[in-house]
Amino acid sequence: MSDIIRAEHLSYSYPGEEEGQSVQALRDVSFSVKEGEFVAVLGHNGCGKSTLAKILCMILLPGEGKLYIDGKDMTGEDVTEEDIYEGRRKVGMVFQNPDNQLVATIVEEDVAFGPENLGLPPEKIRRRVDWALETVGMTKYARHATHRLSGGQKQRIAIAGAIAMDRKCIIFDESTAMLDPHGRKEVMDTISRLNREEGITVIHITHYMNEATMADRVLVMQDGGILMEGTPEKVFSQPEKLWKAGLDVPQTTELLWYVQQAGYDVALDIFDPAACACEIAKVLKGTPHGRDNA
Amino acid sequence: MAEITLENITYVYGKGAPYEMRALDDISLIFPAGEVTGLIGHTGSGKSTLVQMLNGLLKPDSGRVLLDGKDIWEEPKNIQQIRFRVGLVMQYPEYQLFDETVEADIGFGPKNMGMDEEKIKEAVARAAEFAGLSPELLKKSPFDLSGGQKRRAALAGVMAMEPEVLVLDEPAAGLDPGGRREILGRIREYQQKSGASVIIVSHSMEDMALYCDRVLVMANGKLVMHGTPAQVFSRAEELIAVGLDVPQITRVARALRDAGVDIGLDIYTVKFAAHRLLSGREFK
Repeated sequence: MSDIIRAEHLSYSYPGEEEGQSVQALRDVSFSVKEGEFVAVLGHNGCGKSTLAKILCMILLPGEGKLYIDGKDMTGEDVTEEDIYEGRRKVGMVFQNPDNQLVATIVEEDVAFGPENLGLPPEKIRRRVDWALETVGMTKYARHATHRLSGGQKQRIAIAGAIAMDRKCIIFDESTAMLDPHGRKEVMDTISRLNREEGITVIHITHYMNEATMADRVLVMQDGGILMEGTPEKVFSQPEKLWKAGLDVPQTTELLWYVQQAGYDVALDIFDPAACACEIAKVLKGTPHGRDNA
Repeated sequence: MAEITLENITYVYGKGAPYEMRALDDISLIFPAGEVTGLIGHTGSGKSTLVQMLNGLLKPDSGRVLLDGKDIWEEPKNIQQIRFRVGLVMQYPEYQLFDETVEADIGFGPKNMGMDEEKIKEAVARAAEFAGLSPELLKKSPFDLSGGQKRRAALAGVMAMEPEVLVLDEPAAGLDPGGRREILGRIREYQQKSGASVIIVSHSMEDMALYCDRVLVMANGKLVMHGTPAQVFSRAEELIAVGLDVPQITRVARALRDAGVDIGLDIYTVKFAAHRLLSGREFK
């Protein structure tokens, strides 16, 4: 598989109010994302996650370093406006607040907004909109008013709008933060289906550790750089390091860590409640447990 | 300190219109002073409508809102006095911030309360520190802040009035785990120091389990459950049926029982689970 995104030594600073007050948001960040991969990005507020997201979909241009989108250098000397537009068409973004990203009053008109701006013929727009709504499971809401949808439904419409542009990669910038548990599940199911069935590359920025366990790979950012990188199993097996970075681990891992601290030999990289229970039962069974002694 | 009582509150959006919706349906409950009450419910369950009743942003169609036994709508002209006593931090901080600088924004409430300049300055500094906003941010425009900083600024603006009742709609959404713990911990601390009554609306079952004395569950404009976190989260099936969830650790406790290690089903924090699981054991 080829790399949809390759970043080499990216740095970015926001200009300050006065000369010499600029704030460095990214320092020497290098990584790549393979086509079809599902990558989760974790990190505390202000660690540079959102800046990185904005660079990857070229809302911001990197100060230093190289950025390749689908093999094409977006930071070269000879890059044209046309190339930038082409890059932006490949990488889309879904934001946090469901109320801030819908532009039309009717669901299907909102999804059609992007394709219309590409100047596609009407029948092609129709096909794309129908496919996009079908993919996010919102077909029966096509003619509903956008403002009457739930938060989770609004986010799914925003996702439909993104995939209707025929994107290769979608960046989700805390797209589940404002949703109730049901809405969160709706959106996560949609994201994982897009990734599995449509082969769309997913970069998911989140503060929910459970969502990160669904990814193929996790990037942990700190102070504008990459602190840890690896499979969810590898990253969450180091709870002390994550806690120190102001982050967290799934509750299954935290409980297993307590069990491990008590001297039992258990794995930490288990994220499913049932599997976690089995692991604990395996080492504890045969001895009387706490409750009986309490 | 103040206690809020709701008596048979009903509120309907778009009365007479085709989309008429009963957002609150005959709600009666007490938010006792000196407690942190968590309010959970699916989107559209009526939580945000309910919290807007508490400081008189919305007026109930029927029923009464009592602050320390007194109907807040008895003298509608004085409703502003109620808003000094009942502070509301809204879900989206952008809806709340408006002034030119963060400092002026935080000082707006105290100024309206009639405090003098010196007092306002003190109140702003105290509130900013409480919310974890560094002093150099005070001169900035609130719209130049990051999402997390905006949330802290909105919180500081309400804390500057030292409300007797503090109502927070998703105070920690969008904050990282460290920031969540810090903000929720400080709110808990404020409640303990001041004896204020605190009401938190959140979608994070894990946070609710950790920081609340009592949990109220709303669905479709009605109050469907209330009790301690242990009581509420032990009713997992009912919570899931109304579009909610239980903390992941509660699911682990259920699975543990199925696997033959019964630590009870009233488990809602990891520390508590670890305690039940490991206390009385010999540490190897």
